[in-house]
Amino acid sequence: MRIGTLKESYVADAALFDSRTQKAWLAIGAAMLACFPFVASDYWLYLACLVAINIASSTGLNILTGYTGLVSLGQAAFMGLGAYTVAILQIRFGTPFLLNIAAGGVVAMLGGIVVGLPSLRVKGLYLAIATIAASFIAHFLFANLALTGGTTGLSLPPASLFGTALDTSFRLYWLIVPVTILMLLGAANLFRTRVGRAFIAIRDRDISAEVLGIPLLRYKLLSFGLSSFYAGVAGGLWAYFFRVVTPESFPLLMSIFFLAAIIVGGMGTILGGILGAVFMTLVPEVLKLVFELLPGGHEMTVFLSPVRTVVFGLLIVGFLVFEPHGLAEVWRRIRRFFHLWPFRN
Amino acid sequence: MDWAYLFEIALTGLAGGGLYALAALAFVLVYKATRVVNIAIGEMLMMGGYLFFAFAVSFSLPVWLAVPAAVLGCGLLGAIIERTMIRPLLGEPPISAFMVTVGLASILVGVVEVIWTADQRRLPEFFPNQPVMVGDAFLAPKVAYGALAAMVLIAAVLLLFRFWRGGVALRATASDQGAAYMMGIAVPKVFSLAWVVSAMIAAVAGIVVGAIGGISSSMGVFGLSVLVVVIVGGLDSVLGALVGGLFIGLVEALAGAYLGGEYKLLATFVVLVAVLLVRPYGLFGTHEIERL
Repeated sequence: MRIGTLKESYVADAALFDSRTQKAWLAIGAAMLACFPFVASDYWLYLACLVAINIASSTGLNILTGYTGLVSLGQAAFMGLGAYTVAILQIRFGTPFLLNIAAGGVVAMLGGIVVGLPSLRVKGLYLAIATIAASFIAHFLFANLALTGGTTGLSLPPASLFGTALDTSFRLYWLIVPVTILMLLGAANLFRTRVGRAFIAIRDRDISAEVLGIPLLRYKLLSFGLSSFYAGVAGGLWAYFFRVVTPESFPLLMSIFFLAAIIVGGMGTILGGILGAVFMTLVPEVLKLVFELLPGGHEMTVFLSPVRTVVFGLLIVGFLVFEPHGLAEVWRRIRRFFHLWPFRN
Repeated sequence: MDWAYLFEIALTGLAGGGLYALAALAFVLVYKATRVVNIAIGEMLMMGGYLFFAFAVSFSLPVWLAVPAAVLGCGLLGAIIERTMIRPLLGEPPISAFMVTVGLASILVGVVEVIWTADQRRLPEFFPNQPVMVGDAFLAPKVAYGALAAMVLIAAVLLLFRFWRGGVALRATASDQGAAYMMGIAVPKVFSLAWVVSAMIAAVAGIVVGAIGGISSSMGVFGLSVLVVVIVGGLDSVLGALVGGLFIGLVEALAGAYLGGEYKLLATFVVLVAVLLVRPYGLFGTHEIERL
């Protein structure tokens, strides 16, 4: 049983990490993340980078959908905006990669604000469908503008840091993971501030929030902008990771993937965005491993992709029906069990 | 400007729009009764098409038997979906039910690909194939007869809602759930009924769409256009579904003919955004007033 977590000041009460145990675990986690690239194989490093990119993007969507209550099915399109910005800047101007990624975030943010403009008039599912429309229009522009290289897309050179090309998963890990952690800390802190609290008030009841003096349009657009900024940065990282950006790289299915990730992880918690992204990225890989172990070998592999689709859908439905608060709630239950042990909760 | 050509295109568009109207009717039915936005409507169409394919080709039943079998099979599917996925979410925020249908769409696509693979299939021919002439305009026979079937079914469904007991119960539930409960209508049963009827209408639409363009696991894209139709028409309006269906069919045909095939979906989505900005609740939808 955990004792002695008495709080004596408001600062302690509002602290992001409140107990010594938690800080110790976080330090261990950080150390493990730092050691990971030296022990893991290329395949696991590849997965780690992919997971980190997905965490960044789903955290962004969590700000918009989980905390502000605005459902968006356009997250992939905003990632696309970020990725294209990075690719164009890198190819045409060769500017430093951190600047490119930041620019990708800003361009996606502007796109998000434009898409968010109807959000004051349309709500809920109408808004979700408006964002589908936006992502189709974005796809059309990516495929038909001269700037974006049409359907063949753009291939970009690797990012380089002091003359070293960041062209392997090992090297990119040191770019992608720190950026993601920085963005996670930013998101976690956001909800201790005035802006973040306003988002939560809007989610709970937007008319009440307006009555309490929160300008709805400004904060809804801000939420759209922040969420798209996250998507844009994630898209920029994505561009450096895969180094080919095509219109087909960011389909509607990818937006659904991020929405599924925050549902499975738990909407409206930072931990949920992380857990959901990790889980949803790893499930297809686990399925692949299972299929390799199955008897029948190669004949079974034709079923891999459809079975993935079914499992993807079953996860969404199953979590909504049986565990609507997602993996974060499961995690909290486990934690509570250990905190209260040997007493029953 | 070639008026004969324009007339022909518009006619094809309207005929195609009849199918949109039919599918949109299936959508609106579920929304009116249960307030669930069924984004898997395109996938339910696909299931109708594939069930028909299974009965007509794999079990080689005659067409007049395979159609009702597929429709009943789809109705059963609708009932199962309602009981296992939608009923447990009663009282949850609408976003949850919406996301469940997103998951459902994914499950249906996966199941179809496991059983029938992702390849495109052709349905057996059952429409007469002499061309149909309206005035001087030529209309592809499948499209014309498909539109005719859609119109007949829409009329039948509308009459059913007007005069059949179940239909009246459905309309009563849609207009006021609490009052319907108090008048002795078993509202949960009405919810099931709405899903079953909606799935059956979707099955017919799926068979016709499949007969025109073949069936494949990516047929669900049709559902995206249907979504646009219902948003433009207003989510809870039957009239809106019909007018919206014809309108979007027309827009798609004109955009396809004068701008090129890749502009079809773009044109419908631009129409969608324009309508959302001007009339957020659709052309004929109810403007809900929110109170604290």
